[in-house]
Amino acid sequence: MTTLTQIHSKITWINKKPVQEVLRYLAIFLVAFILFGIILWLAGKNPIEAIYDTLVYTLGTPGGFSEVIVKMIPLLFTAIAVALPSRVGLINVGAEGQLYIGALTAASAALALPDLPAWALLPLMAGAGLLGGALWAFIPVWLRARGLVNETISTLLMNYIAPAIVSFFVYGPLRATGVASAPQTPDFSLSARLPAFFGTRIHLGLIIGLLILGIYWYVMKYTRWGLEMRAVGGNPQSARRNGIPISLYLILAMCIGGAIAGLAGMSEISGIHARLRPNFSPGFGYTGFLINWLAFGDPLGILLMSFIIAIITSGGDILQLSQGLPYAVLNILLAITLYVVLAKPSFFERKKA
Amino acid sequence: MSLLALLGVLSSAIYSGTSLLYTTLGEVIGERAGIVNLGLEGVMLISAASGFAITHITGNPYLGILAAMIAGGLTNMLFGYLVITRKANQLASGLATMFFGFGLSALIGASYVGAKIESLPRFLFPGLGYLPVQYTSQFKFDFLIYLVVPVALGVWFLLYRTRWGLGLRAVGENADTAYAAGRNPHLIRYITLFLAGMLAGLGAAHLSIVYTRTWKEFMTAGRGFIAVALVIFSKWHPLRAIAGALLFGGAVAFQLLLQASGVKVSPFLLDSIPYALTLLVLMAWGGTRKHSAPASLGRVYHGSE
Amino acid sequence: MPLPPGLVETKIDPLFALRGITKRFGAVIANDHSDLDIFRGEIHALLGENGAGKSTLMKILYGFYRMDEGEILYQGKPVQIRTPQNALELQIGMVFQNLNLIPAMTVAENITLFLRDLPAVYQPRQVSERIREFSRQYGLEVNPDALVSQLSIGEQQKVEIIKLLLSNARLLILDEPTRVLAPHEAESLFQVLDRLRHSNYSIILITHKLKDVLRCADRITVLRAGKVVSSILGSEATQEKLISMMFDKEVTTRVIRQGQASLAVEKPLLQLVKVSTQGEGAAASLVGIDLEIYPGEIVGIAGVSGNGQKELGDVVLGMEHIIQGRKLLFGRDYTRKSIGQTRKDGVSFIPENPLSMATVPFMTVLENMVLTNTRRYARAGGLKVDWQAVQQDMQKALGRFGFSFSPYTLAKSLSGGNLQRLIIARELAHDPKLIIASYLTSGLDVQSATIARQALLNARDEGAGVLLISEDLDELFTLSDRLIVLFDGRIAGEFNPAETDTYTVGHLMTGS
Repeated sequence: MTTLTQIHSKITWINKKPVQEVLRYLAIFLVAFILFGIILWLAGKNPIEAIYDTLVYTLGTPGGFSEVIVKMIPLLFTAIAVALPSRVGLINVGAEGQLYIGALTAASAALALPDLPAWALLPLMAGAGLLGGALWAFIPVWLRARGLVNETISTLLMNYIAPAIVSFFVYGPLRATGVASAPQTPDFSLSARLPAFFGTRIHLGLIIGLLILGIYWYVMKYTRWGLEMRAVGGNPQSARRNGIPISLYLILAMCIGGAIAGLAGMSEISGIHARLRPNFSPGFGYTGFLINWLAFGDPLGILLMSFIIAIITSGGDILQLSQGLPYAVLNILLAITLYVVLAKPSFFERKKA
Repeated sequence: MSLLALLGVLSSAIYSGTSLLYTTLGEVIGERAGIVNLGLEGVMLISAASGFAITHITGNPYLGILAAMIAGGLTNMLFGYLVITRKANQLASGLATMFFGFGLSALIGASYVGAKIESLPRFLFPGLGYLPVQYTSQFKFDFLIYLVVPVALGVWFLLYRTRWGLGLRAVGENADTAYAAGRNPHLIRYITLFLAGMLAGLGAAHLSIVYTRTWKEFMTAGRGFIAVALVIFSKWHPLRAIAGALLFGGAVAFQLLLQASGVKVSPFLLDSIPYALTLLVLMAWGGTRKHSAPASLGRVYHGSE
Repeated sequence: MPLPPGLVETKIDPLFALRGITKRFGAVIANDHSDLDIFRGEIHALLGENGAGKSTLMKILYGFYRMDEGEILYQGKPVQIRTPQNALELQIGMVFQNLNLIPAMTVAENITLFLRDLPAVYQPRQVSERIREFSRQYGLEVNPDALVSQLSIGEQQKVEIIKLLLSNARLLILDEPTRVLAPHEAESLFQVLDRLRHSNYSIILITHKLKDVLRCADRITVLRAGKVVSSILGSEATQEKLISMMFDKEVTTRVIRQGQASLAVEKPLLQLVKVSTQGEGAAASLVGIDLEIYPGEIVGIAGVSGNGQKELGDVVLGMEHIIQGRKLLFGRDYTRKSIGQTRKDGVSFIPENPLSMATVPFMTVLENMVLTNTRRYARAGGLKVDWQAVQQDMQKALGRFGFSFSPYTLAKSLSGGNLQRLIIARELAHDPKLIIASYLTSGLDVQSATIARQALLNARDEGAGVLLISEDLDELFTLSDRLIVLFDGRIAGEFNPAETDTYTVGHLMTGS
């Protein structure tokens, strides 16, 4: 009789050899970097210099390295926010919007109850962030469950509405008075800020993110619900005929995903900014989507990809400073990476269930 | 509201709706062949930046429009390679194209932010000169605007009166059947995407070269997605798309009017109107989607062995 | 290969000759060096059971598939047929099993798509006129402006034949045309084919039904497991000869039933009381269905595809929404209950297409076995799944039927027959009280089909109730204790199979 672990290793949801996977990721990035380098060179810039500068800064200096981790934290959250719904076949491009609304609700909690002690206020803010994100995700998934609108496009549209709502509040009811410079909310009280480690900017959000990643991994691999969700994602018609409540899972997966994105928003404003500013996200939600696709929803892959992408986006700052290119140019590299994965050259063989 | 103001809204609607209509027409034919392109946003951005840059370099807006069309067609070919030959998921491929457009347009347009260009001449439709000037002054349009409805008619003619158009529609309904009829679904889809890309390029050209006469990062502000929604609103029919584009152009115009007239509504909430309206339209038309959409929309065609 | 009668003396080349055609799909050899001759003015039947390679061979001739080895000769000269366009140019036409028609388009548009002599810009009205004239001429009445989605299957088939004729095909290949036709409709079709043969058309009839072959074939070529076994003249063919050509070993299609169904002494398992549903778009709607199923009986549902049988199965499962009426299971009201609830209380469902409707292709066999009731194997409130118990139960369930599969193969790598066996084992594993079998044996080879039918009979003998939906009238007559005919969403008749015949039922099925 085969043991439980033996059975598990054979049916395990992500069935692969680690070495193969790492090689695969390396190959993807190599191709993408080369193509990106060519484009930069055609534009008259020096790609080698840019890459060298980036790597030296991010991996060579403690300050640079800690900044990479800081950048990685929200990506962990948003990648899971996309990964979980993708298990049931939903494409959640709305992590960006969910992040904004989560930040808004969390900020409201922080500004409304600044005198609460940290052990009460922080969980309250987290809860508010979760709620805000879940709410913003509920509308698209409800529309999808009713067969009205494809969630890809509804979440995309709501990504344009959410920052506007946040701006409305920051310029309006939540605005800090007497500040002559950029519009923002008043600074959060000390108890509203996630504590940081060892004098760096790396904050508690990292631990929370890793925890959620671990829970995601366990649920999908071992639990009954993970199994049913994978069935829904693998073949919704079969799942439905077999009695699995697909509408329920669609809504749950999407709302929990949205909640996690909302938590990303809370973690950013509480751990880094200590206030709510308009348009504070450089596209964390979209980057999270990218990471999820590159990693195929695999938790380890998400961890690895978030780290690498965080290094790359640090390179974006460098691109701006040393090469005089707008930060947005970095999207080309990210796009090429996704393109290479989608083009499925024969040496990447991948399946998911 | 006075007649003048009403006409102003109409004129504004036509101005902002034209680029939307071109793009929507392109997406109509693309979706009729079974391909949904969420990367339209990226395609438009690249075209807008290219068109603007060429216009600035050569001083010739017509060359800029041509550049925009070619850029749009080529970008769509990149997208097409993924979804047709590599058989990748259409939604994800569209998003990859979107990212690509964000980045490449920023690169192309970097040196041209804030630049000034020669735009297209605007003129009154011949024969309307005898109407009072106060009314007609708002209706001086460039040739792209005058051309858009004939182009829509052209698309209709292509789809419903030509053999090739019938084949295109068949590919979008059931590519296997089209193949059994002796057509080449892959080739048809590539050609369709190229045409669609050129139309999107026209729309983007109108946006950067005529409507705003500037280049700014992310300047299309979601128009690519609104176009995808408009295709659903028009039930995949090119002539109905005209009404849809006018409606949305009107929403944008209405928003500008409200802002200009000093009404006390937050500009941010006003900015949300086009997207919220799109969402509402999608909700209202959602049920019909299943019955009017091309049967194989979004499905990967694996070809025959 | 024997020549058609009347051609023995003259030395005419066959219109088309296939030589050494070989086709592989991965590791499976679909056609193994097959030869075939086709002459003008004959009806040539390609006979063989499901999976023998008949469709594949003809799809190669039509250019839809490309052969790996072999050649095709047209009037003695080799030709290249790599795409359907090549075949159309050689005046070959094919009606596929799942009809190559686009439901959202009109009859005229569908036909126009295949016409090769139109200019780049065409006039739809002209084409419609052409179609009207032609259909009048040949007695194949169709309305060119009707949407294909509004036509019945029999009418759609007529459109397919007109389409072939109007696009100048001289060789017509028909793939299982009578599968979806009632007996009298099939007879009309054969009469049309007779006329066409008389006008010197060549017709290839792909079928697995001996009756059809004996009725109209001039020559018969039998395929088995991808190889051409042999050919004989229609005049010399008998049922026994054909069966011995089709099967190499003793294959029994007979199933054993023990005893008659007990009459309604007990309470019914299922009761549908005036149940109506609303079909979406082109799907059928049920109207006022009254149905009962008792323990230990098989109720067969006959009907032409699209008249509500699929919806009936779905209604019992809980997948189709009931807008009027009540559904009672085991005496309790289940009208609004979920599929999960229905299954948990003892209802099983065997669908027609196991890959797309019952399994998750990228999951393993082991995981698929669990999907109908994950709660049964959940531990710690759902946090763990007892895979060892799953494996034990799976081996037991498969063992009952003499099947065995490695638990770790992916579902998508199993053949159609094996998948259906897996699903049957799964669905019957925990002794369900009510079994819904929807097109149980479609596409299965004879052996798998027999096993499936026997499994149902055994379940019935042990007291289960079975709702058997099928388009195979012979199967229905063999297995059912009671036979119900659906037409246009309503019950058109109810019979004891022993007291009626396929023609009567067939007429009810088509509303005539």
